[in-house]
Amino acid sequence: MIDANHLISLLTVLVLAVFVGFEVISKVPTTLHTPLMSATNAIHGIVLAGAIVVTAAYFKGPGSNVAITILAIVATTLGAINVFGGFAVTERMLQMFKRKESK
Amino acid sequence: MTTMSIAAALLDLIAIALFILGLHFLNSPPTARFGNRLAALGMFIALVVVLVQTLGVGWWAIAIGTVIGAAIGIYAAVRVKMTAMPQMVALYNGAGGGAAALIGAVEYYVFIGSGQTALDPIVSVSLVLSMIIGSVSIAGSVIAYLKLQEVMTGRPITYPGQQFVNALLGLAIVGLAGWFVYSAGTLPTPAFLGLFALALALGVLFVLPIGGADMPVVISLLNSFTGLAVAITGFEIDSVLLIICGAIVGASGTILTVDMGKAMNRPITNVLFGAFGAAAGSESSASGGPQNVRSVNADDVAIMLAYASKVAFVPGYGMAVAQAQHSVKALADQLEARGVKVFYAIHPVAGRMPGHMNVLLAEANVPYEQLLDLDDANREFPTADVSLVIGANDVTNPAARSVKSSPIYGMPILDVDKSGNVIVLKRSMRSGFAGIDNPLYELPNTAMLFGDAKASVDALTAAVKAL
Repeated sequence: MIDANHLISLLTVLVLAVFVGFEVISKVPTTLHTPLMSATNAIHGIVLAGAIVVTAAYFKGPGSNVAITILAIVATTLGAINVFGGFAVTERMLQMFKRKESK
Repeated sequence: MTTMSIAAALLDLIAIALFILGLHFLNSPPTARFGNRLAALGMFIALVVVLVQTLGVGWWAIAIGTVIGAAIGIYAAVRVKMTAMPQMVALYNGAGGGAAALIGAVEYYVFIGSGQTALDPIVSVSLVLSMIIGSVSIAGSVIAYLKLQEVMTGRPITYPGQQFVNALLGLAIVGLAGWFVYSAGTLPTPAFLGLFALALALGVLFVLPIGGADMPVVISLLNSFTGLAVAITGFEIDSVLLIICGAIVGASGTILTVDMGKAMNRPITNVLFGAFGAAAGSESSASGGPQNVRSVNADDVAIMLAYASKVAFVPGYGMAVAQAQHSVKALADQLEARGVKVFYAIHPVAGRMPGHMNVLLAEANVPYEQLLDLDDANREFPTADVSLVIGANDVTNPAARSVKSSPIYGMPILDVDKSGNVIVLKRSMRSGFAGIDNPLYELPNTAMLFGDAKASVDALTAAVKAL
């Protein structure tokens, strides 16, 4: 059966996080919208952690099906592309934003 | 709770705090890099924690995936050209969505193989939702990538009965998803795979009819979809970390999507389902016939620029296409050396993603203080002697202010027509994306400088230098 207490605490966390997201993001100026987007992009790369969790859970069981093994590896690969690519490209963009150099 | 899971939860909390602080520091250019690094540190902590928790089970599969993914991601990040940034961000985003979808698939197969009779209701609902949204996100992102990379046409692709097909597809997905939840995850595998395929098809069909100029909206929206998919995956695998990260990203994507819609004065539904600009191919909405415009050469413009006291640069997608950002900066340097004040007026939807022009100009070393947003720029135009419009069209169209029948009526525009002189750099008299005549070109204080944007700007720089 559904563990209502647990579900409600997760939903509470979800809703509060949405508000935090709105608050933090709405202060970012338009100049930085592209880096912002790619930084938030990198943050949802946390999905890699999810991929690691399910991969490990699968290998804890039988862990012998080739197709599922491939699925798990692809999920991990996609998550890693998201995290590493996201942070690297954001860093590269932000390096370019410079103040007027004082002469 | 074991000691290890308590420690893990506390470290996750630190990671979450670092993400939020990191995003906070992204709100101003001088601290933005520090913010990105804080977020990356948070990510590092979170990933190490989860790796330690697995106790090395399946380590080789995790290692293979992570190493390959990291190599691809970093290689692409280092190599990508700044002008190709929108499609790059779309691909990274799609990768995240795909990962969320596949996590659902792995969970399903593990469940089927485990011999259990029913999935927990929270898991079955979140599994099917994250799989659908993640699939839409990866398929949509790939189509957005193909459009932006110009592998396929950037124009809206429409066919008769499109809405009907999408509705049917949506119904089939809802039906199968309902079956999945009702059967507590025990539906036959072919039905599960069918659901997967239909969700991917929906992603493709959803982005196909959306035109190139509406890409800023689509990219932000897909970003928020992936955020949502990740948050729901958090419910699926019971991870507060994923819920919080996904929710924050979902919120940020939503803010940007709404902002972009506002900047075009169009409801988001119209962007997504209106196939705006579908008529542009036939140019039927333009009044037809050549407009009565005045053409000038680079030398005349150079004199005008060199003896001005304030000059506005108004970049658009044309500047990105011609890769003219470095040339523009070179011209601005020449003018500044002569004591001319220079600023850049940037419309929120100029280019193909939010903030696209800012990144390109930053690449060319334009100091960010000179990049003005819509409101600030519009305060400056009345005192500017010359506005140089480089590859921008619809965002400068005064019809948006005055012509009630215009499709873009009510869209906030850059008031370049209020500056002393307007010079429009344009390849030809073809109308803009929306296929609408731009009355700006016929104003007495407007002149056209025809040619490739980069070549024209280089010619202007040379002419100013020669004065």
